[in-house]
Amino acid sequence: MSLLKIDRLNTGYGDIQVLFDLSIEVHQGEVLSIIGANGVGKTTLLKTLSGLMPASSGTVYFKDQEIQGLPPEKIVGLGIIQIPEGRRLFSLMSVLENLEMGAYTPKARARKDERLKEVYQIFPRLEERKNQLAGTLSGGEQQMVAIGRGLMAGPEMLMLDEPSMGLSPVLREETFRVVKKIAETGVTIMLIEQDVKHSLSISDRAYVMERGEVVMEGTGAELLVNPHIRKAYLGI
Amino acid sequence: MSGTALLYTDWLDEMEIIFESLLNGLLMGSIYGLTAVGLTLIFGVLKVINFAHGSILMVGMYAAYWCITLTGMNPYLAIPIVVPLMFYFGYFMQQFVIEPVFKVEKDVREPITVIIVTTGVWYILDNLALMIFGAKYRVVHTSVTGKLFELPGDIYLLQPKVYGFILTFISGLLLFWFLKTTLMGKAIRATSLDRDAASLMGVNQYKIYRTAFGIGTAVTGLAGCVLVPFYSVYPSVGIIFDIRAFIIVVLGGLGSIPGAILGGIIVGIIESVGAMYMPSTWTELVIYGLFLLLLFIKPTGLFGSKHDF
Repeated sequence: MSLLKIDRLNTGYGDIQVLFDLSIEVHQGEVLSIIGANGVGKTTLLKTLSGLMPASSGTVYFKDQEIQGLPPEKIVGLGIIQIPEGRRLFSLMSVLENLEMGAYTPKARARKDERLKEVYQIFPRLEERKNQLAGTLSGGEQQMVAIGRGLMAGPEMLMLDEPSMGLSPVLREETFRVVKKIAETGVTIMLIEQDVKHSLSISDRAYVMERGEVVMEGTGAELLVNPHIRKAYLGI
Repeated sequence: MSGTALLYTDWLDEMEIIFESLLNGLLMGSIYGLTAVGLTLIFGVLKVINFAHGSILMVGMYAAYWCITLTGMNPYLAIPIVVPLMFYFGYFMQQFVIEPVFKVEKDVREPITVIIVTTGVWYILDNLALMIFGAKYRVVHTSVTGKLFELPGDIYLLQPKVYGFILTFISGLLLFWFLKTTLMGKAIRATSLDRDAASLMGVNQYKIYRTAFGIGTAVTGLAGCVLVPFYSVYPSVGIIFDIRAFIIVVLGGLGSIPGAILGGIIVGIIESVGAMYMPSTWTELVIYGLFLLLLFIKPTGLFGSKHDF
């Protein structure tokens, strides 16, 4: 069953169109990857889905409800949570305050304490550092706060934008492992990544984007052995 | 022998006078700080310099003036009336005047058109006041006006300035507590640090802007209440405080509330101690000189970081 359905979406910045008739479906409970090089419009897609950018045309359905054009806070209220590129933590607020901000909506606030415990269970490091300013953490710890903050909202669908960016190989592996673990709790995941190998290996399905369009789709396993993918993205 | 004794008492007198002007500078400076807190708060959240700030202070002063004159109440009892009124004045001004322009320039970090709109508001408010109340300087005679506190050592302090000092610190602490501990306060801080990230948490950023603008206006209204017992009210009174508030805010670090209060105190002390040694027009020169020097050495101001208030 499709949880999110994007139908012929067009978006751009002023006169520059970025997404061209993009159609994507996200199924309930799956890990979906969207892969592609820099500048093909992956982040623009997420910003449009989160309501930070307007779509020029096209429809987005979430559980059969049209959501394009809704303001970001309404979209968050529906359970569509984005963990933005580059973490975007509130650098001068503490780790705990950052996590609390994740549970800002009334629905999430009601279950704040319970979720905080869950987040500390996944990332015990954050409990140790809860009073430290988020801006003073290491890159890996900041990514934990970013993911933890996203989980505090109680997402139905979690959209991650380049979560492995700027991390060491060990921390990358750890990040993908955590994403997989979150998916196992029933959260639908939409993963945007340049680390094609790792993201495909944890994905049920994936779309390949080039120049604002979907050029290929398939299961993670299929795409991993696809000659085009191997040549263009895996360098094999 | 008697010559040295005389010199000694001269020196003592001089010290007393310096101490008195230091205290007076501290009191008046904290009130300058209070007039600047709203400006810095609004800038911190909206990233917009509000050119109507002085006019908002003027509106607050007139509101306090009429409250006190019409009812004859204790001047500080006007605070619970003026401050909430000013909150809504700011809230709706943001919602109906600034927000529409702000939305159009959503992607611009420091939108110039919004600054132009606030300049328009400044002209409209000042001229409305001129039209309604006339150019007359109005002085309200309250139960504290002109009264002095006498401290040991022949030191006299104007009572309304002492109350202003106390109110500045109470309101500064309250504001600090509000921003640090309440959910709305945290949302305001988060929005000031990264508005898009705050939106992704489910924060309605426009509501935050209205609230922040309302709080900034309310604090400025409080400053108006504090000034009225010892400062005359007239339509262009805001301009004097406006220019000073800009300097104070940059001196203390744009967006920092403790910075605004400290910056105010520095300006107040220079004005008051400086006036003993030079004509008051020269104290302005010292203030601007210090201001330029600080911009040169530390462009972010005394408390300037990415400002978390």
